[in-house]
This record gives sequence, structure tokens and C-alpha cells, in this order.
Amino acid sequence: MSDVAPVGTVADARESALGAWFRKRGGAIVAFIALFVAWELAVRVTGIKEYLLPPPSRVYTEFMKRFDPVMASAWVTTREIVAGYLLAIVVSVPLALWIAYSRFMENAVYPVIVFLQIIPKIAVAPLFIIWFGFGFAPKLLVVFLLSFFPIIVSSIAGFKSVDPDIMDFARTTGASQWKMFAMIRLPQALPQIFTGLKVGAALAATAAVVAEFVASDKGLGYLLLQYNGNLDTPMVFATIILLSLIGLAVYYTVELIERFTIPWHVSQRLTAEETLA
Amino acid sequence: MSSVEVLQSAIVIDGIAKTFRRGNTETRALERIDLTVHDGEFVAIVGPSGCGKSTLMRLIAGLTSATAGSIKLHGTRVVHPQTALGIVFQSPVLLEWRNVLANVLLQLELRGRDPAPHRERALALLATVGLADFADRYPRELSGGMRQRAAIVRALIHDPPLLLMDEPFGALDALTREQMRVDLEALWLETKKTVVFITHSIDEAVLLADRVVVMSARPGRIERILEIGLARPRGLDARKSSRFVEATDLITSIFLARGILHGTRH
Repeated sequence: MSDVAPVGTVADARESALGAWFRKRGGAIVAFIALFVAWELAVRVTGIKEYLLPPPSRVYTEFMKRFDPVMASAWVTTREIVAGYLLAIVVSVPLALWIAYSRFMENAVYPVIVFLQIIPKIAVAPLFIIWFGFGFAPKLLVVFLLSFFPIIVSSIAGFKSVDPDIMDFARTTGASQWKMFAMIRLPQALPQIFTGLKVGAALAATAAVVAEFVASDKGLGYLLLQYNGNLDTPMVFATIILLSLIGLAVYYTVELIERFTIPWHVSQRLTAEETLA
Repeated sequence: MSSVEVLQSAIVIDGIAKTFRRGNTETRALERIDLTVHDGEFVAIVGPSGCGKSTLMRLIAGLTSATAGSIKLHGTRVVHPQTALGIVFQSPVLLEWRNVLANVLLQLELRGRDPAPHRERALALLATVGLADFADRYPRELSGGMRQRAAIVRALIHDPPLLLMDEPFGALDALTREQMRVDLEALWLETKKTVVFITHSIDEAVLLADRVVVMSARPGRIERILEIGLARPRGLDARKSSRFVEATDLITSIFLARGILHGTRH
């Protein structure tokens, strides 16, 4: 009873947010099943050649035949995605903080970051092969590079988006800089940081595949090129679907963390979406 | 009223001036302001946009530094941000991840005090402003007026001797505004804190304050200080009194003379 903040409404908000989430995703799952059924029927009815468009059932059976080696490659690619993405978070969020609060960093470093952002990052991938060889490092770096920019740009915006009046209020309490940061600035910045994290997550999978295209002897990107060269179209499809699932898993992990970290923001966004719909 | 009343000075503003510099252009926001606010007094500062009234409030709170002159709060010169006060802005600036009660208690948490013992008092204060049933609601679930009431409670929870309000009702609709004014007077009569209330509404200034400071713009300076002397509580009826009409007419005529207001076009 001595709790300062009654937690009831937060829990309620979280529960209804999850409920809304399941209600929303339910429709999408049905739509996907319908898509696969339509695809299967279309291939069978038209009798289109398998190397052009294999039916989903064939994709599935081919995939199950080579399940172990493909999953081993999937694991390689997943590691590249997760490691590069985590590295991007660990570097860009603190750097964003520094840029947001230091006039010097903002004047000196931020323009460089904005400029580098314009470089097509994928074009740099071959260079990484020259510098770091064919192993894990160049892939990690390409993933890092692609997810780094959206995270840092939105984190800077987040840290800078604090209302000056709330900071004036905080200063009249004599609170330390650290306390103001932990209680006001950081939570205020989280919604925008998460926006960047989600964009970065979506780019991470693309980055890993591109890095593997350039030069590698394992991973899903490598397999994809092999299957493509052999006109093994069912396995090309299987690999693409697997890659999508990995990307989706990373993205939804971030979204799930967002739901539990800033339920106050997520539930507000859901309400806004419902109002629009 | 036979007791000897010693009017202590809560705020002494002595020759304050503030000039903003941007590149080579200088803007004189305030020019030689002298003003003394007594303990327990309600002072309203009324003036057009750009007259530096918000700057004056930030100077009193020690949130910005003056170009010249000095300000003393209860005898101590203001150099750093002051903590013996409560502050309310035009926007309620509540934290959207905290419910109303937790937003009020933020004041104490930022001061490094345990909020638990102040819970009862916070709930009681919320009840006096009509938010008894909304303590566990989130800012997004409240109307603009209710949010501003919560912000006022947040400014009072640590029982400061001074309350600074910068156009606190400026973003509210006219009816809500009228109610907020009546309720603020009641709250002030109960707590008897020193209040500096900044507004661009002549009516609001006259209806609320013991003294109205009339300011004009570019550079911001004090044109006149008016004793209002209307009986309290003034509530809604004070608008009918001749003193109200007289005071608002006088302020209007000052603004007309300074070109801040224009009469009928010729």
C-alpha cells in the first residue's frame, strides 16, 4: 500500500496493448496463409515451370531435405546480423548522447556523420574485403555501418527533443545533471531512439546478405548465390523466406522490448492508429 | 486589523536589465526594472508579447543572468537557479510516462527527498483542485485545464514560499480560464504564498492581483504599478465592481497611449 505510483493502470495499458497487437497480427497471419494457398493453386493450374516459380509445397520439401546445412548457414548469418546490430547500438547511442550535449561534438562530428550517411554504404563493402578479408569481420562491419546511421540520427533527435520548460522546472529543484538525465531526458528520448532501432533492425538483415554476396564461403547470402547459379529456384525461395524470417525476428524482438520499456508511448501510438482507422 | 503588519520583502528587483545578443544585433529585453514584492503578496505582471515579462520571471528564478542590476529573494542575491519556489509555465510540461500523482511527486524526487511521506499531502492538494479521482490517470487522459491544475499542484507540493506563474492559463479556453482563475484565488487565500503571475490578459491581472505591474515593450519597462484593492474573495462578481472597470480602463489607456493597443480605425 505504500507504493508511490499505483501500477494498475500501467499493467492495464500493457495488457490492452498486447491484446490489440494480437488482434492486429491475427489478420495478417490469415492473409499470409491465403497468399500461400493462392500461390500453390496458381502454379498448379497454370503449370508454370518449376525453375521459374516453384509451388510453396515444393519449396518446403526441398528445404526439409537440406534442413541441417541451410540452418547452419542461417546461424552464421544470424550471428553477423545480431553482432553488427548490437555493435551499432553500443556505439551510436552513447555517441548520440555526446553529440546532443556537447556543442563541440555537434559542430565538429555531426556534419561528418551527416556527410558519411550520404555515401552508399553497400558500395563500401568490397573495400572491407580488401581490408579485413573474407571472414566474420567485414560482414559485421557492413551490418554495423548500415544500422549505425538511422540509430544515431534519431537518437540525437530524441536527446535534443526535450521541452526547455521542463528543464527549467527541473533546475528549480536543484537536481543533479545525472538525475535530470535519468528521470527526464532519457525517458523522453526513448520513443525516438526506438524508432531508429527499428529502422536499423530492418537494414541489418539486408546488410548481412549483401556482405555475403560480395565475398564469403558460408551464410545464407552465399547459399543464395549458389542456388541461383544452379537454377535451384525452390531453394532460392527457401533461402529468401528464411532470411525474411530472421529479419522479422530481429525487428519484432526490438518492438517487443519497446512495448515493455515505454508502454506509455506505445499505447498512445496504438490509440492514435485506432483513431485513424 | 490592529496587529502590526510587518511587510517583508520577498523579492527585491533593483535596476535589472537584460540584453540578448545574437551576432552583431542586440535586443534590449528589459531596461532598468525596479520592483519590490512583499511576502504573501499576489503581483500580476501584464504586458504585450515581447515586453520581457517571461524573461523577468526567469531572472527571478535564477534561470538566466541579468546584464545589469540585482535581484534578491528573501534577502539573498539570486545567482544560481533558485529552489525555494514553485514554477508553472503556459504548457503544463508533465511527464507523459508518469501518472498525475507521480508527476506531482517528481518535484520531491528531483530534490532527493523520499516522496512516500508526501503522498497524503499530494492527494489532498489534488483534491482541492478537483483532481481527486484523477491521481492515477496519465497526462494524455486529462483535459488541458486538468493538466495545468496538476502542474500547479506540482509547483506547491514542497510548500515553497514563492510561486512563479508564466501565463499559466494562456493555452486554455475562455471558460476553463475563468474557472482556473477563481480556483487559483481560493488556493492562494488558503496558502498565502507570494505569487508572481505573468499574463497578457488585463482582466486576469486585475481580477487576481493585489498589485498589477503594467509593462510595455521594446525595450521592456514598467509603465505603471497599480494597487487594485478589490475585496477578497473576488470570485466571479468582481467584474461588476466599479474598481475593476476603472483599473482595466486605466491599463487599456496606457496600452493605447503606448501604441500597444489601437482604438477604432479612422
